[in-house]
Amino acid sequence: MLKISDLKASVDGKLILNGINLEVKPGEVHAIMGPNGSGKSTLASVLAGRDEYVVEGGSVIYQGEDLFESAPEDRAAKGIFLAFQYPVEIPGVTTINFLKTAVNEIRKKNGQDPMDAASFLRMMREKSKLVKIDPELLKRSLNEGFSGGEKKRNEVFQMAMLEPTLGILDETDSGLDIDALRIVADGVNELRNEDRSFIVVTHYQRLLDYIVPDHVHVLYKGRIVKSGTKELAKELEEKGYDWIKAEVDNQVPA
Amino acid sequence: MENQVLIDKFSAQFAAIQKNLNGKGESPFNKVRSDAMTHFERQGFPTPRHEEWKYSNLKKVLKKDYNFHVQSSLSEEEVKSMPLPNLYGNVLYFVNGVYQEEYSDIVSPTDKLKIMTFREAQEEIPELLEAHFSKHVNSEAEAFSALNTALANDGVVVYIADNQTLEEPIIMRMLGDVTSQDVGAIVRNLIIVGKNAEVKVAEAYRTIGDKASFTNAVTEIHVGQDARVDYYKVQNENDLSTHIGTTQVHQLDRSYFYAATFTINGGFVRNNLNIILDGEHIETFMYGLYIPNERQHVDNHSVVDHRKPNSVSNELYKGILMDHSTGVFNGKIFVREDAQKTNAYQNCRNVIVSKDATMNTKPQLEIWADDVKCSHGATTGQLNDEAIFYMQSRGIPREQAIRLQLRAFAEDVVSKIKIDSIHEYLEGMIIEKLGE
Repeated sequence: MLKISDLKASVDGKLILNGINLEVKPGEVHAIMGPNGSGKSTLASVLAGRDEYVVEGGSVIYQGEDLFESAPEDRAAKGIFLAFQYPVEIPGVTTINFLKTAVNEIRKKNGQDPMDAASFLRMMREKSKLVKIDPELLKRSLNEGFSGGEKKRNEVFQMAMLEPTLGILDETDSGLDIDALRIVADGVNELRNEDRSFIVVTHYQRLLDYIVPDHVHVLYKGRIVKSGTKELAKELEEKGYDWIKAEVDNQVPA
Repeated sequence: MENQVLIDKFSAQFAAIQKNLNGKGESPFNKVRSDAMTHFERQGFPTPRHEEWKYSNLKKVLKKDYNFHVQSSLSEEEVKSMPLPNLYGNVLYFVNGVYQEEYSDIVSPTDKLKIMTFREAQEEIPELLEAHFSKHVNSEAEAFSALNTALANDGVVVYIADNQTLEEPIIMRMLGDVTSQDVGAIVRNLIIVGKNAEVKVAEAYRTIGDKASFTNAVTEIHVGQDARVDYYKVQNENDLSTHIGTTQVHQLDRSYFYAATFTINGGFVRNNLNIILDGEHIETFMYGLYIPNERQHVDNHSVVDHRKPNSVSNELYKGILMDHSTGVFNGKIFVREDAQKTNAYQNCRNVIVSKDATMNTKPQLEIWADDVKCSHGATTGQLNDEAIFYMQSRGIPREQAIRLQLRAFAEDVVSKIKIDSIHEYLEGMIIEKLGE
């Protein structure tokens, strides 16, 4: 589904990703972990198409096509969804209207007719239960005045509405208490199926207690320096990142 | 003197009015008018050296040879064809500044609402006319107000009697017929709202045709004790139009006045909104929205004068500036020595969509009382890129994400309009200008 090869990317002239290789198959959940500043969020942003990030080399093939040829909105239409680390407040645009526009734009790009109002509302009701989001909240301006937990739930709710093929969660656990974390994770787990894959970017292991990954990768200095199973995440939880940093930093560059 | 052609025309107009006074030249109304002419002749037109006209240079727009009192060749149907959906209420038509009684439709009963020409008002309500006509307009310092007062002849006096709630709004449709020549219009109206009366009023300006226009409009509104007034000014004129307008408001105890000014389109626009809070426990709201594009220029000046204690004023103007457009916001708040416990707020927020657009904001607070709450703020910025990317990442194309945000920015000013027809009209016009 997704094949990242030797991906290099910079922001403001500074190289952040320095040769990422990663393959995600349908239905898989990959966790990307790593210390602060290792490039985790950059990877998520590059995949979604944020334009401050400049791709300096390598390739990303998504469903057989070069991902970098598509604008962010076209990537969304092809099934890529980024749950933001810091969801944006948009005054004056209600979540309902925002999502109606988004759903119908994606349908349009995929050659489908717009959804009628009744079906849309039915879908909203169903999906809002998934993350226990108060439907009243959805009538308000998008994320405006929402608590941290409400914003993150709204991200997962939007993901449920847009039914992506590849969900990228950028530090969705940051700022969440344990109850909110569980609700968000339950929502994601509900969306897991054999065709839908996830990349879960996180600093801490605790999210992975709830969203159990198939693969865990450790990012450091813009590279994946270690890959393993969920056991690797547990090890990181116990020992921290220092031993990995030491391992990498002590290697004499070839 | 510069612009002598235009000044000569105004002198001729004034002379023509004076000839038809039928011996009433010494009436208080006409005395005020001729004094105003003297004030205008002394001042002439303001230049950018004038502090209040620093960013709005009239030189170009006053050069044109505008024709006044042009007889319109438009049919009644064409005049009425201006697209206000679900139009309902007291609808008054003005063509090139002249009230068109035969086209107008007054539906409220006459014991509640009277619409009179200035000539009729001198016969029917001479005391009220004397008490309110040009009482607060500053002809000595404002050339255009002086000119407008001197030439007041073709507009109406609207009188809402004490204790009357007008269910039907009053909608004044101001049409500039610029199909065949450059047209000038002097529009002067006086609205007297009696004690404890309630009314919603809209002024909607529009042009038909693509020649130039020059409109000098003054609306005076007296808001009696306990009265409630909603006032909307909607401007949607062509790119060669010049509009210089003043809305002069006088509020008494416990009254409520809500003003919203929408400049959708216009070449050179200057709006003055001057409100005197001449009583206690008054509420005053001022909202504005302007969305100039191309080389349009929109200048909003407001003055809020708190003269007595315990009143509240709140002002919010919003602008979206596109292309090479320019905008000005100048908001003055006076809190006089007696006006303790005043709450006065002012805010002006602008989004600049093009690198070639310019906005000048100037808040000005003069506070002589010591126990007051006042605040002001002005922001001018660009659209939030992060918000645009957020929308794109959900499948919404960039251009549409921008339009959605601009419309959302405008929405909170538009959504508060209480005349449905005007609300719908504006929603449509904003979408037309900013894009679907």
